[in-house]
Amino acid sequence: MANSESLEKNIVSIKNLSFSRGSRKIFDDISLNIERGKVTAIMGPSGTGKTTLLKLIGGQLSPDHGQIHVDGQNVHRLKSKDLFNLRKRMGMLFQSGALLTDMNVFDNVAFPLREHTHLPESMIRTLVLMKLHAVGLRGARNLMPSELSGGMARRVALARAIALDPLMIMYDEPFTGQDPISMGALVHLIKSLNVALGLTSIIVSHDVQETAAIADYIYVLSEGKIVGQGTPQQLADSDSEWVQQFMNGNADGPVPFQYPAPDYLDDLLASH
Amino acid sequence: MQHSKTQDTLVGLFVATGIAALFYMALQISNLGSYSSDDTYTVIANFQNSGGLKIKSPVSIAGVRIGRVSSITLDKETHESVVEMQIESKYNNLPDDSGASIYTAGLLGEQYISIDPGPGISGDFLKNKSKIDNVSSAIILEEMIGKFMLNKAEGK
Amino acid sequence: MFEFLENLGKATRSNFAKLGRSTLFLGHTLSGISDVIPRPNLLIKQIYSVGVLSFLIITISGLFVGMVLGLQGFYTLSDFGAEESLGVMVAASLVRELGPVVSALLFAGRAGSALTAEIGLMKATEQLSGMEMMAVDPVKRIISPRFLAGFISTPLLAALFSAVGVIGGHLVGVGMLGVDDGAFWAQMQANIDFQQDIINGVIKSIVFGFVVSWIALFEGYDAIPTAEGVSRATTRTVVNSAFSILGLDFILTALMFGDM
Repeated sequence: MANSESLEKNIVSIKNLSFSRGSRKIFDDISLNIERGKVTAIMGPSGTGKTTLLKLIGGQLSPDHGQIHVDGQNVHRLKSKDLFNLRKRMGMLFQSGALLTDMNVFDNVAFPLREHTHLPESMIRTLVLMKLHAVGLRGARNLMPSELSGGMARRVALARAIALDPLMIMYDEPFTGQDPISMGALVHLIKSLNVALGLTSIIVSHDVQETAAIADYIYVLSEGKIVGQGTPQQLADSDSEWVQQFMNGNADGPVPFQYPAPDYLDDLLASH
Repeated sequence: MQHSKTQDTLVGLFVATGIAALFYMALQISNLGSYSSDDTYTVIANFQNSGGLKIKSPVSIAGVRIGRVSSITLDKETHESVVEMQIESKYNNLPDDSGASIYTAGLLGEQYISIDPGPGISGDFLKNKSKIDNVSSAIILEEMIGKFMLNKAEGK
Repeated sequence: MFEFLENLGKATRSNFAKLGRSTLFLGHTLSGISDVIPRPNLLIKQIYSVGVLSFLIITISGLFVGMVLGLQGFYTLSDFGAEESLGVMVAASLVRELGPVVSALLFAGRAGSALTAEIGLMKATEQLSGMEMMAVDPVKRIISPRFLAGFISTPLLAALFSAVGVIGGHLVGVGMLGVDDGAFWAQMQANIDFQQDIINGVIKSIVFGFVVSWIALFEGYDAIPTAEGVSRATTRTVVNSAFSILGLDFILTALMFGDM
């Protein structure tokens, strides 16, 4: 069990987590803590199971070994009713936005409020407009999700994620596939929401520049292990070759450019 | 949720049409419309042979349907067919010496019971659980053909 | 040979696993129905998309099936001089068999496939996952209303199909081929029994509606969340629904019309 001091400080604490999918080990005995009120980034190359980690924290998947505590509660020991109550205090921003396609922007943001509260419609309207204003899309309230650009969809999803005023928000690859302007808007939004609403943010990403710009603390994952951690500055100064390759985006390094293959020359000549 | 008045109306229309179709089936297509929920009384008749008579076969007088067969059982002692029929209460003036016969509608049609009103000598009417004594059994085609052939052979 | 047995074993096991998942899914869906009742708007929206949008295909098909029955029945029956029985023939075929079966098949093709694709795409675009993370049970919120709507709509659609079919048969038989109007209805009413025929037909369509909705929603929910996975699931919905409808029809017919 997490002792009370670290519970106070860390909103999420992961201990000795192992998780595998089929025969593939995705996490191998990792432990990490996420501090309250900070922006923590979890980085790593594609396919290292960063999204899986968010699903484990959200209780959508169960670990093989180890424990995950969120706000002092062991996520995978909770009854489904308590888990649902915990989730009301977690927001999650999916890569695709995950907006409900049969409702317009307004109804999408109103969705969690209508499902979980019995507020009168006039108050829901006020709240929804406030959240939409915070992401700059108050004017888009009548559009359908299919009419939104990718960046706008993510901002609407963000407004929806903060609709219930959660303790923390998990961002799944928030910057992927964004043009520089919407990327800038998202970076700014994540940082300012974190400050303004007193949130804790967990960002899962492989966009080094943008993430390093707003993160307070970064964990770098590779092949099921934590290969580096620290503030952005500490990581930039890291003497680990691997971390250097990842942070600077070098094509070759400890992670080879070539997928493991037989010798090139042998392979070319092999057909004869 | 966004829901439009038109959508509500169309759903309402759909459900109403569906229910109307159910009623249409019940009343126009099936025999439910011709069921009279009125009270009925039971009359019993023993036939030597009830042939192809079935439960729910019609019971009629002069071609007008007045009731239905409700059960067909075998009397274990006399080995006769005991036919119970439900007659609608409004036809409560059938003389107690009426006769019952099993006829066939057309050559291949279904069999039904025809009540032949008697002269009413006693002045009493058939009541619930009354028994009709004057009966004539179903005409069995094979039997008739057999008799006919026999007569022909004998006459020769 | 050994490999064959091994594959067979694997396939059997995965089929049983699927059966198990679908049963649990059904239980979950049914448990969510009580949450749908206080929110009729959710239900109305779904009845609109499964029922109202199937209205046209059902009525038009019903009309044509009835007309064909009228035509075919007339040619066969007139050989025996029994044209008056046309009404019975048309109505009995529709009410007992064609109404429930054909309307369920059309429902599976029109609404079932759409449901599978919709749920599958919601899964592929993380909408179901997203809902879970918003502490909303996607089965209760998304699946249960659709299930209930399918369950309510099919008997209504089957009744429409049969009723319109009888009118179609009347149109051809009485209107075009000159069968006596009175005989057409009188024979029909005398021979179609309310309990034996109509009620049993309605029971059939309720069973089919239940099964088709279950299959369609489960295939969507269980689909592999990719474009290919969803398209395969949609195909499976139509194929499995057709098998189940026809197989169940045999069983139900044997139970209902066989000697007790």
